Amino acid sequence: MSAEASSLPSPQGRGTQGGRAMTPILSVRDLVVTFAIREGVVTAVNGVSFDVHRGEVLGLVGESGSGKSVTGLAILGLVDAPGRIEAGSIRLEGEELIGKPERELRRLRGKRLAMIFQDPMTTLNPVLRIDTQMIEAIRAHENVSEKAARDRARQALLKVGIPSPEERLTAYPHQFSGGMRQRVAIATALLHRPAVLVADEPTTALDVTIQAQILAEVQELAAESGTAMVWITHDLSVIAGLADRIAVMYAGRIVETGAVADVLERPIHPYTAGLIGSVPSRNKRGVPLAQIPGMTPSLAKVPPACPFNPRCPRASVTCRTIMPEPTPYDGARMARCHHPLIEQAPAAA
Amino acid sequence: MAMPDPIIALENVSKRFVKPLDAAEKIANLFGAGLSEQVVRAVDNVTLTIAEGEVVGLVGESGCGKSTLGRIVAGILEPSAGTVRFRGRALAELSGKERRAADLAIQMVFQDPMASLNPRRRVVEIIGEAPVVHGLVRPAEMDAYVCEIMARVGLDPATRRRYPHQFSGGQRARIGIARALAVKPKVLVCDESTAALDVSIQAQVLNLFMTLRQEFGLTYLFVSHDLGVVEHISDRVAVMYLGRIVELSPADEIFRAPNHPYTEALLAEVPRLEPRKKRFSALKGEIPSPLHPPSGCHFHPRCPFAFDRCKVDRPALKKIAPGRFSACHLNDGPEPRPGKAFSDGEAVAA
Repeated sequence: MSAEASSLPSPQGRGTQGGRAMTPILSVRDLVVTFAIREGVVTAVNGVSFDVHRGEVLGLVGESGSGKSVTGLAILGLVDAPGRIEAGSIRLEGEELIGKPERELRRLRGKRLAMIFQDPMTTLNPVLRIDTQMIEAIRAHENVSEKAARDRARQALLKVGIPSPEERLTAYPHQFSGGMRQRVAIATALLHRPAVLVADEPTTALDVTIQAQILAEVQELAAESGTAMVWITHDLSVIAGLADRIAVMYAGRIVETGAVADVLERPIHPYTAGLIGSVPSRNKRGVPLAQIPGMTPSLAKVPPACPFNPRCPRASVTCRTIMPEPTPYDGARMARCHHPLIEQAPAAA
Repeated sequence: MAMPDPIIALENVSKRFVKPLDAAEKIANLFGAGLSEQVVRAVDNVTLTIAEGEVVGLVGESGCGKSTLGRIVAGILEPSAGTVRFRGRALAELSGKERRAADLAIQMVFQDPMASLNPRRRVVEIIGEAPVVHGLVRPAEMDAYVCEIMARVGLDPATRRRYPHQFSGGQRARIGIARALAVKPKVLVCDESTAALDVSIQAQVLNLFMTLRQEFGLTYLFVSHDLGVVEHISDRVAVMYLGRIVELSPADEIFRAPNHPYTEALLAEVPRLEPRKKRFSALKGEIPSPLHPPSGCHFHPRCPFAFDRCKVDRPALKKIAPGRFSACHLNDGPEPRPGKAFSDGEAVAA
């Protein structure tokens, strides 16, 4: 496990198979996305790198404006003007996606790459029946008869727990409840057993009971088809039960990555620790929550050097002048901090 | 009830929303279509008391009637039946000055500050208008008064001439709280007041609620779908399902040993900050349409323990232990159903 800790950010230990590292299914390197707005050019994503392996769930955690959703959109090649992918590389099964012509991207989207969004009402076409939309999604990528496609659509709905799918196929999106709509969106996204599924806060708008049902179904489906997931959320507790690894984003950068248990139990970055302390839970009942002072910076005015320094209890002069570099820690972890909460491992050669 | 001197008392409160027949439906009825008005019982016979200084959390899924109940308490909606008492006096019987005093004493903080703050008014006007209109402060003192309130909720008084859109989400939430506090209320009804905020900002606002409670001796009715938040700040928790309260207990007990199968299921679904792969085991189905609620116990179609009686008899909210109430037929068995012990989301089998 330690042998591969030298490359950053390190893939998880499971990467070795028969002596050589398994190539990640999705590999993002030094991604930079900018938006040209009235106030100038703002950098929404600033040098983000991560790997996701087959069947793995990566939780991408951050608050509003941290760049997590833009990262997700960039993977699908869905960053529109005024946004622009400035630099970096996104490889899907070794194939570079940045710079690919739109026609080829469209062949991948929905087939190898899929995405589910927070609000399924914006994903589904409100004036088309569910069957029309699902059959179209199948036939866009595979040459099958309408009848066969319909059959598959029905099976897909059944799998995500929609009762009487035959009947529901002929319904319109507004006839579904929020949870059911999200199920339809998930069923559609998984129709072609994509290699990578990007999920952008898909359960945030739902009740806990429905959220739990959907998490259960997504977990099962992804395990079955080996789909790797990038699960974008601001809710650490959703990630805690779902993801294998966590990447915490702040002001466009990944500030900490590691296995879920490590990050939640022994956070390295003070921001991660602050996020964990902010979550209300039973052991903190009645006592004030450990809050992070201030608020997330506007991307137009990101503080110099470490962007977290104005809110950080451990900040020093160094933090205001020098940008902390990604530093490896034991257990294939990485953090960017001058004053980490745990001791750094002796530097691996 | 044994509670001394409740500040708020709801007695058999119901709220029905009726969609009357439109012209076409009335004509269809002339030809014998037999259509009837659609009635939703958003709140169905709820009795609840809130003691002075207490924080009561009201939880449930979307559509369970928790927001409607919150609005009835805040005096925004009139109940269709039943009595709402403030310090022992029925709100409906108060008139003129007394009613206004009671209305001012119960204030509401809404979920979306952007929808509840007038975008074309400055913050100083938003916060200061009500206390001036109601004669709590003289117009000349408004500015100073607003500065004081803003400082209390952690807003920079220097920003009082700005408009709501110039503030961040967390600051807007604070403006909404400041506006409610400005009329010196005794009770705050918070309807999902932190739901739209980032976790770090939510923590700040929750801490603010706790500080204000001590400073002003406030009583809260905290309506939320977020059980983590409710668990954190509530003294007692009421769980609602399709218009009815199914369980009412002190917060630590309800989270440790829920009695009603619905509470139990709801708690099991709460994602916890535990770095452990969890099998999300799902409560089956969704909350049924309140237009056609199931007979008997509303929860019976989703309940794993339902038996024949649940389909016909509506269970009453009964005392099961000191301070604990639950509406479940299982408690009537020869041996009362023991509350299942929960340790960190895991049911410990007896």
